[in-house]
Amino acid sequence: MITPKSGLKGTTRRAALKTLAGAAAGASLPLWARYTHAQTAAPIKVGFQVHRTGIGAAYGRWYDRTTQAAVKLINEGGGINGRMVEIVAEDDGTDPKRGAEVVEKFANQHGCDIGFGTLFSHVVIGSAPRAGELKLPYFVVSEGHHVASGKLNRYTLQPGITDVKSQVQAMAPYVAQNLGRKVTMVFPDFAFGHDHRDFFTAAIEAQGGEVLEHIAIPPAETSFTKYFPKIPRDTEVLYHVMVGPAVLTFVKELGEFFGGQGPALFGFIDSLEAVAIDSPGLEFLENSYFWEGMCRHRQPDESADETFYREAVGVDDRGASVSDARDVSTYAHMFGCWETLHVVKAGMEASGYAGPQDRAALIEAVEAMTDMPAGRDHPQGAKRFNGKTHQVFGHQYISQVQGGQLVRVHTTSIEDTLYPDEVDYTTQAF
Amino acid sequence: MDLGPYLVLATLEGAVTAAVLALTAVGLSLVFGVMRVVNIAHGEFFMLGAVIAWAIAQAVAGYPAVGFALALVAAPLIVGALAVAADMTILKRLEYDPERTIVATIGLLYIIQQLTLMGYGPDARPVTPPFNTRLAIPWFEKGADGWALIWPWGLGTTSYKLAVIGAAVVILCAVWALMARTRIGLVMRATQADREMALAFGIPVERVYALVFGLGAGLAALAAVLIVPIQQAHYLMGADPLLLSFIVVIIGGLGSLPGTVVAAVLIGLSDGIISVFFSPTLAKILATLLVGLVLVFRPQGLFGGRGA
Repeated sequence: MITPKSGLKGTTRRAALKTLAGAAAGASLPLWARYTHAQTAAPIKVGFQVHRTGIGAAYGRWYDRTTQAAVKLINEGGGINGRMVEIVAEDDGTDPKRGAEVVEKFANQHGCDIGFGTLFSHVVIGSAPRAGELKLPYFVVSEGHHVASGKLNRYTLQPGITDVKSQVQAMAPYVAQNLGRKVTMVFPDFAFGHDHRDFFTAAIEAQGGEVLEHIAIPPAETSFTKYFPKIPRDTEVLYHVMVGPAVLTFVKELGEFFGGQGPALFGFIDSLEAVAIDSPGLEFLENSYFWEGMCRHRQPDESADETFYREAVGVDDRGASVSDARDVSTYAHMFGCWETLHVVKAGMEASGYAGPQDRAALIEAVEAMTDMPAGRDHPQGAKRFNGKTHQVFGHQYISQVQGGQLVRVHTTSIEDTLYPDEVDYTTQAF
Repeated sequence: MDLGPYLVLATLEGAVTAAVLALTAVGLSLVFGVMRVVNIAHGEFFMLGAVIAWAIAQAVAGYPAVGFALALVAAPLIVGALAVAADMTILKRLEYDPERTIVATIGLLYIIQQLTLMGYGPDARPVTPPFNTRLAIPWFEKGADGWALIWPWGLGTTSYKLAVIGAAVVILCAVWALMARTRIGLVMRATQADREMALAFGIPVERVYALVFGLGAGLAALAAVLIVPIQQAHYLMGADPLLLSFIVVIIGGLGSLPGTVVAAVLIGLSDGIISVFFSPTLAKILATLLVGLVLVFRPQGLFGGRGA
């Protein structure tokens, strides 16, 4: 049988040259097209690493809304250095491996000016080294102590949210004086939970208390009663902090386990972020205490700036979405996105940021920041930034559940949250 | 906590796990036994059951008991119907070839999971239980003046958890009765024993296959409806039941219903007790080790009659 050879008909030398020339022109197009616009109209691209799926999805949804609201405000005010801000959002699946890939996409594919917005500590720890290698300024909103501990690099900063070490250090005196000194801790078994374990244990010991038992729970766990028998009988305070999609189950089973008896409860609101405090089965939380990064339920003395922020993001008096009262926000954390974007704006303006060639100048400008007064750009309250450790410090709040309402009962000072520097990132080369 | 109350609590927790696991695994085992299809998408049928239960409970908000009762009936039927459709459109076209059906059900797993993610979203959502009272369990303790009744800290369960155990026992009995005492059960067993011979005797094997696949998926969905008021509906919740079901089915013997139930109770209870006394990770390690040992020393499973 004869097979006719027809496939390569028409490939002549002239046609091949034409194609090559066209391809070369096409390939170079983005370069010169971008160059002519670089200094004027091109937006500043913020790569937003968002936990749209995976165990961080509830946080991701609200981090997204807060970020969109902040960008809208910044753009309405004329943008940054006269340029609009554009958010390039990529889902990282709350997965460290995907996180590093997303950072790479920001730098190489989307041409972002900075990376921003990561929350879960294991994703930050997985992504930050890549950001450092790609020399992409990486502004995380994560709470973990990994930035200030010196574990990361000069390109990673946390200027919009305080870290766990400073939070728990400021909580320990209140817990020891008002609730009890014999503590049992329940925490998720990954970097964020380990920060709680290590730093609260040290902080409560400094107050003359002790931790009787550490109960680590895998972050993807779905049933919890089996862990609770490990709580010693002489526990005075149960310290709980939990994350992930099963937090409601966790708190419910905690209530069913104790059934009205049991120790005093001190929780990080993380255990109830995105969950309504008046959900069925949570009645036992009445009179228990929570750390809050920012008070979810509107307090009588709420500042005008916070009210403005609440309205801009679309959150009602009980911390739920104004369009759906069942959609409760992650109010104690998401302000970090708003404040971080305003720090980025201030940093870019101070350094006259014009493009990726000014990334080092941007980091130096943020490192030079110190006191950040409360205002529209800092609705959670005044902050103090430490340029050496790349970590911000601020007020912390303790709320008590009273009549189904989270009522603020204690505010720490910024000084309560400070600790000696563990690193000086400014000595690292860019 | 003292040893006695500790053990009671661990057993109760383990019994709930075992109850749900037994239902899910029996579904998987049935499909393998009759059809020789290893259904990797089984966990996703479980997840669909929970998500549909949430949707139904949401639709009749305000009446948790009505919503739950409705979900208990409707969710397994809907999931079963989906599975029948999947059988007729996919598995039948592959002529139930063992290797190709594994790949096809892996594909089905991702399709169901991602469609749920797109439609239902990434959040975990609760379903209100129809009833849920905490029942404190008393304990005897020898005090200064003889034996006395005490109510130890943390020793308790809820009426709903007990109901889950009860419901699972009833459903398993019903499945056994269906297989052993009805004509349709006879037809299924005939197909399981010898497909060619069943065909020769005029049994509509393809319809039996569709029915079995639907029944298996329906059982998984039913298990999920029972557990969803305790846990929550989430698009990734199918992974654990799938893994544990395979463990149970391998230990019990593929295709053997009594073996599956015994293995589910064994794994569920040991998971509860080992989790409470040691750690949940150790419980998983031991279960996996047991699978390894069974595969090496008794590949047909504890109750498996002939080589699978």
